[in-house]
Amino acid sequence: MLKIAVIGGRETVMGFKALGLETYPVLNASEASQILRKLTRESADHAIIYIEENLAVQLSGEINKFKDSPTPAIILIPGREGSMGLGLSALHAAVERAVGTNILGD
Amino acid sequence: MASTAITPTRMVLNQLKGRLKTARRGHKLLKDKRDELMRQFMDVVKLNKQLRTRVEEGLTAAFGSLQVASAIMSPEMLEQALLYPRQSVELGMKFKNIMSVNVPVYSFETKNNDPSEIYPYGFAQTSGELDDALDKLAKVFEDMLELAQVEKTMQLLAEEIEKTRRRVNALEYVMIPELEGNIKYISMKLSENDNATKVRLLKVKEMVLQQAHNYER
Repeated sequence: MLKIAVIGGRETVMGFKALGLETYPVLNASEASQILRKLTRESADHAIIYIEENLAVQLSGEINKFKDSPTPAIILIPGREGSMGLGLSALHAAVERAVGTNILGD
Repeated sequence: MASTAITPTRMVLNQLKGRLKTARRGHKLLKDKRDELMRQFMDVVKLNKQLRTRVEEGLTAAFGSLQVASAIMSPEMLEQALLYPRQSVELGMKFKNIMSVNVPVYSFETKNNDPSEIYPYGFAQTSGELDDALDKLAKVFEDMLELAQVEKTMQLLAEEIEKTRRRVNALEYVMIPELEGNIKYISMKLSENDNATKVRLLKVKEMVLQQAHNYER
């Protein structure tokens, strides 16, 4: 059976723990990148990895590596401070990649 | 863009004609594939946008409630309350084929089906805000799962569309014009050779006739 991991600040991941997801509280981006590397390299049984936006900003290189592989899906979630709009910018990037231009008009 | 490396023979001409035909058919097929992928992609993008907004709103609300809960309860108590989850999630994954792109389809199962089982603590020592926060989180989680699926699909489709688009353009603007140029070059060269042979034969005929009969025009 596959697992779902959540990487983020302590307060962010706390709630997900109660839902039964695997949580990895981290303090900074380098810690997060270590965990991300561990989750993606050592075991292939994490199908979805949710990662907090403010950490993801600094890990975009590693996250982009997994864009073209079917697993794992790395999904950005907003942190406690609210959405930074990074999730939508990823959407725009995908549209721009496919179409060649931003056709969503925003 | 006729390259000088090709030999102007009938055999090469036939080969090139065959390749041109294949290239044209491939171009048409890839173009159709691209159009269909694009149609699917736009649907996925729309869905993704909706889900993304919903998830972000839901999470912000859940974190808000959690913030209130952590303000009311001591951090140790909060930690303790959430320390040991009673719920666990198992994720199943299958693959769906969209125009030869394998996209994941997730299905998830929670071990405890009773919705009240998401609270891994007794109610006596915790605040109601915590219940509220977990409730909201559990609701938004389903959307989060769908978001993961849709977002991955979108990324994979985007990659495939980019690849297909490049192929279509390479065929349309490089391969096919080059083949056409080469074919034109060979057929012109061949007809030139034909003309040269014809003229030579006429000349030879004239010379032969002159030798045999002292023929003068």
